Amino acid sequence: MSKSVVIVGASMGGLRAAEALRNNGFAGRITMIGEEAHLPYNRPPLSKEVLAKEVTHEAVAFKLRAQVEDVTWHLGDPATSVDLEKKVVTTASGKSFEYDGLVIASGLRPRVLDLPNGKISGRHTVRTLDDAIGLRAELVPGAAKVVVAGAGFIGCEVAATARGLGCEVTNVAIDPYPMIRPLGEQLAAELQRRHESHGVKFKLNHGISDLTGTEKISGVVLDNGEVIQADVLVEAISSHCNVEWLASTNLDVSNGVLADSALRAVTTDGKSVEGVYVVGDLARFANPLFDNEPRRIEHWNIPTETGKRVGSVLSAYLADAENFAELVATLFMPLPSFWSDQYDMKIQGFGMPGLADRYELVAGELSDELVMGYFRGEILIGVVGIGMTSEVMKYRKELVS
Amino acid sequence: MITINVDMDKCQHYGQCVFEAPDVFKLNDDDKLEFVATADDSRRSDIESAVDVCPMQAISVVE
Repeated sequence: MSKSVVIVGASMGGLRAAEALRNNGFAGRITMIGEEAHLPYNRPPLSKEVLAKEVTHEAVAFKLRAQVEDVTWHLGDPATSVDLEKKVVTTASGKSFEYDGLVIASGLRPRVLDLPNGKISGRHTVRTLDDAIGLRAELVPGAAKVVVAGAGFIGCEVAATARGLGCEVTNVAIDPYPMIRPLGEQLAAELQRRHESHGVKFKLNHGISDLTGTEKISGVVLDNGEVIQADVLVEAISSHCNVEWLASTNLDVSNGVLADSALRAVTTDGKSVEGVYVVGDLARFANPLFDNEPRRIEHWNIPTETGKRVGSVLSAYLADAENFAELVATLFMPLPSFWSDQYDMKIQGFGMPGLADRYELVAGELSDELVMGYFRGEILIGVVGIGMTSEVMKYRKELVS
Repeated sequence: MITINVDMDKCQHYGQCVFEAPDVFKLNDDDKLEFVATADDSRRSDIESAVDVCPMQAISVVE
């Protein structure tokens, strides 16, 4: 009987894993189980250009390639548990799906603030298409007062988009500068200046302690008691891993799902589980390009890179292929990459700048287009550019050499 | 043959496709994307990788 694969998570990482299984010769049944009702789509535009225009599935959907035409989609019904011994996934509606290979690609969901007067309308996150549709409806051009909680990339993108629509925008964050963790203080301070020149107000080194309003938000209360008038609160503070459905297993889900270099899931006692693989934001794996410390990487190219790796190894495992051991032993060292559009700025980064102990401007001017190099000791471990694509690419080559 | 299409309204010239299929995509001296419109079928895998890595999802392969 032909073998079957269940992929839990019907987003980019799951889709890329399914394509890669087919590209590597796996011809058995593939079932994709997704919480959202939508076929896979690209999330980054939801805080950028699509949020500024009309948010539709068509605008962000991934084209489904011929390889995955015969995939079975089970959408709008999330996985709620798995039995790794019996190899069965169960969903919220009570359906069960047997597998020979399991791909864990259930991703993240936004963390939201726990506030005393929190059960009022006007609160938004921007993870899903439906989130973005709901937020877009409230970003009344030229009228809405928007508070963005969190000054990471997504928070800053939403702030820039809302400013572009003419909304009044205040960004509140506990960090001292926007995007400081990946970029370092110097570039983060410069990006704050650029946001301010576009009219964004910042309340940094502050948390949010409550909301005002009865049915709908009228204001956001900071931890120093200051109240900022608001119609809309966008929460872009951090994420939870969607691992609750794995709670009854012995997998190490202390932070995402621990995986070995072949991306097989690893148990709490350090054993790799054959036939069970991890893809995307959840995968906590060591990247020998940097060091031996397993980390989750929440960058856009990681679902694709991990999906391809899993498709290759898992298809060999299911076929009892002779090269399975060789594939498992092959080093997996994807170069993280990220990008962000804010106003007319095209920000592009590679590597792990957040691990650097030192950075320096390696091209351009701080107040203009630039390239920042990030170093650990003498070794370049990350590069971030604003514009200057060809220069950025030179340093990208150095990162993988 | 494969026909390659880039939606130039979406393309922001990030240049990530260049690393996947340098014989098809390149950045010119002004850092603008240039590409060849057709490629041999044997290039499909690398061109699909270029489609995958495009931050703007601006590249498509026309069958």
